[in-house]
Amino acid sequence: MKSFEELMAIKAKMQDKVAVRQAADNTIRVVVGMATCGIAAGARPVLNAFVEGVNEAGMAETVTVTQTGCIGICQYEPVVEVFEKDKEKTTYVKMTAEKAQEVIEKHIKGGKPVTEYTIGATKL
Amino acid sequence: MIRSHVLICGGTGCTSSGSAALANKLTEELKAKGLEEEIKIVMTGCFGLCALGPIMIVYPEGTFYSMVTEDDIPEIVEEHLLKGRIVDRLVYKDGVEHEDASAAASLSDTNFYKKQKRVALRNCGVINPEAIDEYIAMDGYFALAKALKEMTPDEVIQTILDSGLRGRGGGGFPTGRKWMFAKASVSDKKYVVCNADEGDPGAFMDRSVLEGDPHAVIEAMAIAGYAIGADEGWVYVRAEYPIAVKRLQIALDEAREYGLLGKNIFGSDFNFDIHIRLGAGAFVCGEETALLTSIEGNRGEPRSRPPFPAVKGLWGQPTIVNNVETYANIPQIILNGSDWFKSFGTAGSPGTKVFALGGKIKNTGLVEVPMGTTLREVIEEIGGGVPNGKKFKAAQTGGPSGGCLPASLIDTPIDFDTLIKAGSMMGSGGLIVMDEDTCMVDIAKFFLEFTVDESCGKCAPCRIGTVRLLEILNKITDGNGEMEDLDKLEELANYIKSASLCALGQTAPNPILSTLRFFRDEYIAHIVDKKCPAGVCKGLLSYEIDADKCKGCTLCARVCPAGAISGKVKEAHVIDKTKCVKCGACIEKCKFGAISKK
Repeated sequence: MKSFEELMAIKAKMQDKVAVRQAADNTIRVVVGMATCGIAAGARPVLNAFVEGVNEAGMAETVTVTQTGCIGICQYEPVVEVFEKDKEKTTYVKMTAEKAQEVIEKHIKGGKPVTEYTIGATKL
Repeated sequence: MIRSHVLICGGTGCTSSGSAALANKLTEELKAKGLEEEIKIVMTGCFGLCALGPIMIVYPEGTFYSMVTEDDIPEIVEEHLLKGRIVDRLVYKDGVEHEDASAAASLSDTNFYKKQKRVALRNCGVINPEAIDEYIAMDGYFALAKALKEMTPDEVIQTILDSGLRGRGGGGFPTGRKWMFAKASVSDKKYVVCNADEGDPGAFMDRSVLEGDPHAVIEAMAIAGYAIGADEGWVYVRAEYPIAVKRLQIALDEAREYGLLGKNIFGSDFNFDIHIRLGAGAFVCGEETALLTSIEGNRGEPRSRPPFPAVKGLWGQPTIVNNVETYANIPQIILNGSDWFKSFGTAGSPGTKVFALGGKIKNTGLVEVPMGTTLREVIEEIGGGVPNGKKFKAAQTGGPSGGCLPASLIDTPIDFDTLIKAGSMMGSGGLIVMDEDTCMVDIAKFFLEFTVDESCGKCAPCRIGTVRLLEILNKITDGNGEMEDLDKLEELANYIKSASLCALGQTAPNPILSTLRFFRDEYIAHIVDKKCPAGVCKGLLSYEIDADKCKGCTLCARVCPAGAISGKVKEAHVIDKTKCVKCGACIEKCKFGAISKK
């Protein structure tokens, strides 16, 4: 290693990869329902889309993508909940990988929930 | 794309409880479920909770699974990794009460971790010690870069001096002063040595650092080399630490490949490289002059100081010798500054200390706490207290060189100076907990047997004196003691302390002196009443059968290895005390509680 810049480059490359282990004080938590119902409805590509999208956006340190069990509204799976500090949680339903991209873009990055995908829009 | 990391402990503790087999099984299961692209398995160093191994942590949830077996793996994969349902029955939740199941599973909330502050162990159990990139991601080698680019050697030494860091191997000598002396010694060749010859029975702090975060030690040694003007380092590590040696070797190879060791590091004119020397496991080689002479290829014996190694050390050149844990603190101090380091611990002993908890305690394992934490916090809150409802009797610190602190001193804050004042010492960090079933005379004897074995034999007070001490202790535990033996013990102990050549002999009588000071009544019970109150010393025990309770089942007579029990079927049996070897096999077998030892 001949320069400090090389060291910085390795750190930058690796940081996202180990960030998953430092989830403690993250401000945003994205939880994907991954029970049998969720998986059957296609939660896996949604989960992967979130993981990849968050990493691409360089937000791995401030956003945790994790999974949970059945939330109880199986007919609306895949369900994704977004928890933000000091804000009400947002529940997205019938998610797809494409919708996930949009949520990352508008909600996670932009701070504005994508209302038409939320559970409120289904008139439950 | 990896969405989850499964960390499995690959430290010595968990390796012996089968963590390698777990990793293999997990790899298989992940493949079977097609998850190998999503879930990454990381073998790490010690998490600290060795009593509950093998240990597994799943991120990003931070779920802490303990005592995982191969049979649990399919369930963890199916339920947790595939469906996101935490396997509740395997989660370690001591002291955690949350409604949210995933939060309850979080590692940092448990009593065991809550009070800990991890500086030396910060990467242990977090990174893969065999991947230098993971260390760099955790700011690894940034301290070396900072030292080389922004600091002069004197500034490095001043920072370490200001931090108040004291040697974690036991002596507690200010590290910065050692470096200052070595810097001031004029020579064209100097050496940086790492003392990884951890010899106290039950201590494994240094092993865990080397196994969990070897690059931290390498980085610190390079910083030390820059500070004192050395271009060569030696790590003296026991051959009986094979995992530590292997990971250190991998780490050295990686560091060389990246140019973090070698010539012109970070484009500066600083060159540094490190060699490993395997020690054969002699306790005396933890003493710095014996260690140096052993590296040179000679028999491990200490020599008198001065000259100190900082003036005349390895191959006659100025040398610093620091302990593994001391080094593990250095990069953090350089990166965060001396004031940051002083924000933990006490005025006289800043920072944190790693302890290996052992003996009669629930959470056997490795903990790191700020100096000044009380024994009670470490034993009762972090360690989970004494198991089986027994009463806490004493805590032994400092290994064979330390002493026993009685229950009345349990609120002593732990730092270098308070422990010495209380008649013990910090030592390298072994902390052995004893309950009411421990005989303090027997404990003193145990440590004396160790030092008698390990004395190198160079100086007479240690070689001969410790043997005489042990003979007196044996006399007492055999039931032949006299009251004047206690005075003889004390007198001889003090001669050995003042006349021995090195710390091994100077501290060898400490276990006797401290037990005499705090548990004199037990010695008197052995001598005057001819009784061992804890029921340990065989020479003072006698086994008896209560004729009223004995049903004459003959079981005891059949298990007795010495043929000491006789009696007819359905009649009360008797023990022939001249034949009895006091093994206790009869008590274990008796279903009627008819046999007692007194």
